[in-house]
Amino acid sequence: MTLSITNGRAALLEQVDAAVASFLQSCVHCGLCADACLFYTETGDPKYTPIRKVEPLKRLWKQEYTLAGKVAGLLGLSKPVTDEELAEWEELVYDSCTLCGRCSMVCPVGNDITYMIRKMREGMSASGHMPQGLRTASIKAVEQISPIGIGLKALNKQIEVQSKETGIAIEMDKKGADYMVLLSSMEIIGFPEIIGALAKIFKQAGKTWTVSSKAYEGTNVGIQLGNKDIARKIVQRTVDAAEDLGVKYVVSPECGHAYQAIRWEGPNLIGRPYKFEVVQLTQLLDDFVKSGKIRTNGGKYAKRITYHDPCQLSRRGGMHGPARNLLGLVAGDYVETYDAGEWNWCCGGGGGVSANHRAEELRLKVFTAKKRQLDSVKPEELVTSCANCRNVLEEAIDHYEMDLPVIGLAELLAEFIDVDPDPPAPGKEEERNASAEGDKS
Amino acid sequence: MSGNELLLFARGPALNVAGVIFIVGLIIRLIEIQWLRRKHDNAPPHGKPWPQALRTIGNRFVPAPGDTRRRPVTVIGGYVFHIGLFIALFLFVPHIVFFDAIFGVSWPGLPNGIIDGVTLLTMAAMVALAVDRLKDPVKRMLTDKEDMLTWMVTFLPLLTGWFAVNRLFTGYDTMLALHLLTVELLLIVFPFTKLMHAFTWVLARGYQGLIAGRKGAAS
Amino acid sequence: MPKDDMPRVTLGDSLRTHGISRRSFLRYCTMLGSAMALPPALLPNLARALETARRPSIIWLSFQECTGCTESLTRAHSPTLEQLILNQISLDYHHTLQAAAGDAAEHAREQAMEENKGKYIVVVDGSLPAEENGFSTIAGISNRAMLEDTAKHAAAIIAVGTCAAFGGIPAAWPNPTGAVPVSEIIRDKPIINVPGCPPIPVVITGTIAHFLTFGTLPELDDKGRPKAFFGDTIHDRCYRRPFYDQGKFAHSFDDEGARKGWCLYEVGCKGPTTYNACATIKWNQGTSFPIQAGHPCLGCSEPDFWDAGSFYKALSTPLASGGNGVWAAATVGVAGGVAAGTAAVMRRKKASKQREETTVDDLKEGTS
Repeated sequence: MTLSITNGRAALLEQVDAAVASFLQSCVHCGLCADACLFYTETGDPKYTPIRKVEPLKRLWKQEYTLAGKVAGLLGLSKPVTDEELAEWEELVYDSCTLCGRCSMVCPVGNDITYMIRKMREGMSASGHMPQGLRTASIKAVEQISPIGIGLKALNKQIEVQSKETGIAIEMDKKGADYMVLLSSMEIIGFPEIIGALAKIFKQAGKTWTVSSKAYEGTNVGIQLGNKDIARKIVQRTVDAAEDLGVKYVVSPECGHAYQAIRWEGPNLIGRPYKFEVVQLTQLLDDFVKSGKIRTNGGKYAKRITYHDPCQLSRRGGMHGPARNLLGLVAGDYVETYDAGEWNWCCGGGGGVSANHRAEELRLKVFTAKKRQLDSVKPEELVTSCANCRNVLEEAIDHYEMDLPVIGLAELLAEFIDVDPDPPAPGKEEERNASAEGDKS
Repeated sequence: MSGNELLLFARGPALNVAGVIFIVGLIIRLIEIQWLRRKHDNAPPHGKPWPQALRTIGNRFVPAPGDTRRRPVTVIGGYVFHIGLFIALFLFVPHIVFFDAIFGVSWPGLPNGIIDGVTLLTMAAMVALAVDRLKDPVKRMLTDKEDMLTWMVTFLPLLTGWFAVNRLFTGYDTMLALHLLTVELLLIVFPFTKLMHAFTWVLARGYQGLIAGRKGAAS
Repeated sequence: MPKDDMPRVTLGDSLRTHGISRRSFLRYCTMLGSAMALPPALLPNLARALETARRPSIIWLSFQECTGCTESLTRAHSPTLEQLILNQISLDYHHTLQAAAGDAAEHAREQAMEENKGKYIVVVDGSLPAEENGFSTIAGISNRAMLEDTAKHAAAIIAVGTCAAFGGIPAAWPNPTGAVPVSEIIRDKPIINVPGCPPIPVVITGTIAHFLTFGTLPELDDKGRPKAFFGDTIHDRCYRRPFYDQGKFAHSFDDEGARKGWCLYEVGCKGPTTYNACATIKWNQGTSFPIQAGHPCLGCSEPDFWDAGSFYKALSTPLASGGNGVWAAATVGVAGGVAAGTAAVMRRKKASKQREETTVDDLKEGTS
């Protein structure tokens, strides 16, 4: 059996670098990280204190990588990291952490706790301690592209509908396109309007774009599972497709951790830089607006809206500024919540928590942190730019019986972009059979 | 052993041993941590890692929003303790003379009356932090034996130093010797405990700044 | 001053013969009484006792010493009350001061011991070799043998000077003679330590006066010193103390602080750890004391002052000099750090090799 405690320990040890060692050495047990974590603030249970979640990693580091720890080991003073312990830690590392990064922001000694919890998951998954939801999603993601089983047929269908609605042709697997767009399954099945929005935006910007039939999924469950082998397989598929098509850019969709996966972890997983650039959609739109490639019709959205900053895009991606530039362009009545931007409170379902059915009750419970934030400004609609956030928010809003529709940022922007529909002529390039059917209107 | 002999022991062999353990230990630990390095990052940078590393080293001196309200003892007590310890350690003239003797650099100090008050405040903050540590559920859960040890070896030099300056309980020589001996205990314990954060905080903040700065993210 | 020249008269008689007025004598008694912290009510007792006291027999033994203590007591610029009191005691043996030499001198000692058996006082200056190693002998008698012999029938012993009290300069590292203080040899007699290099004259006479007045030893501290004179540190009674509290220090002997008479802590003053009366009684009839003259206290009345590091390094500094030791330790640290770091990196490489790739099949194994 590959997945064992021995393998888990090795995986954890492999993850320790100078940053981790500096972090672990610097912790003074001040407890301030607890108050940054919605799982602690909303439950009051001290076991959810962020730094505690990396306790096994800390002990292993001490035991194996420090002189004093080795001496203690020889004297029989160290407590080994056991399978039982990791089993106990599974809930802490997966169910009660969305990798939102708030704890990293408050740590007085500057520990990036989130960085370490991500590494903890390598050891957890390598030792077989992972939630069933993420395990099955990972299998599906590797074998069927989409972690929730959204097949190419469904995608083609949605593209066809969107193409029809906007009157703009959308060509799959278009070689040499400027942009290859990744989508998240959540968007394909739940919020397909984003496809139409993209069509309008790229058309106005005068850029060519495409979606790969081999790698349309932006989500990387391997990252959420915290397993670099699984994550690499998923990234490799995207890289191969993009480099095959020879695109200049790959657009990471409105999905927080997808951006972290393809933009930041990907090149390190495959061990080389890409032959294309990765750009996050919010950033791309802001760039388009700034360079005058797209412009709105001057209309404003009448409803009172606020923005939910996706953790991986705002706090850990620096996209809160660009997002607000776009909101400023189209919002007629915009309100900002407290702690907005880099201090935002997580929806509660990021980092794989929403794929972990066992964690559902806890996730809904800790949503109260976000709910307080929303209640303080009473918006009529909520904008966000992460399909997973959007899904989790909608579920929780439903659970708490709030009346608050959630919309996507790019969709909102696209509402105010006017483009003439394409002439009803069929697309000329038909290099990929798979995409051919969904391509024409 | 008379106070005088104890003082000679504390200023002589004990200090030499403790000093060597401290210096050797500290350098070993710092190199041991840094030697692990970080992997080369294949992802092209989006932000500016180094300026952000410097910024993060600085901005964590300011408490995170709301922390002061939520955990006043930790935040205010932490400030009073750290600033007080800094003042008592580096601005008390006999200490400056100590550093001068070893490193050959000196700087102006503060009057003893101020140091005396600061030391009392520092000890009060430490007591408050200790009580909070035992009472607060989060801190109590995090607390281990090392936390208690490091508290003791930090508190004792303050206490004995204050006693020595104020001629309490024993003659100046005995208390000064006890002060030095407790400092020596601190020096010996230092490299192998969380006290190392007095050096590694720069690294920790710096690394977070580098990691986030590369992404153009917050830190 | 051989005893035959001295009629056995009272101290009072002698003072009057020497033209010391009663007023001066009473002033001296008051000073002595206050130095010894006697209640004012006891002052008449002190004066009466001193005036009427018969000269006690004193046997003065000098061992490994420099004669500085004797100089301090006898070579004052003008005749002092201390000196007169000293003259009035029956100094039956003192090989620096007595006229007799050789057998006659030793005979005088033996005679005094015989005549005043159990009543005489032994004053010792100088330390002595603990072993019979031939380092210091007088008339062929080793110091140790002479002390043991003389102390046998003594009423009390006064160890004058830091050598006799604590070993002193002869005991300084590497202590070639194996010098020890009186208290290491004599265990069964009361010993009063009057340390100082040299000690303040009034401390010696005061101690003798106390003995004459009350017939008992004065109250002693844990180092055997009369508390009346050794109760406070120089630092506690120093007129420069306010500068210490204000943080005003001389950093060198020729800087502004030194000229302004600021605290000498930084230039090595041992006042804070030195118990003595210099800052209150002062020297040369209360004229001055070292700190007043701009020199830090050496701590000469304290044990080990001779081996306590530089006189000019502050009390709070290490005895060893930093420099080379720090660099050596740092070098060892760097070597150790590189070794430890390399070991850690190798351990990580091993972990990397040990870790097996997770495959989809591995994941499937766990789903059921």
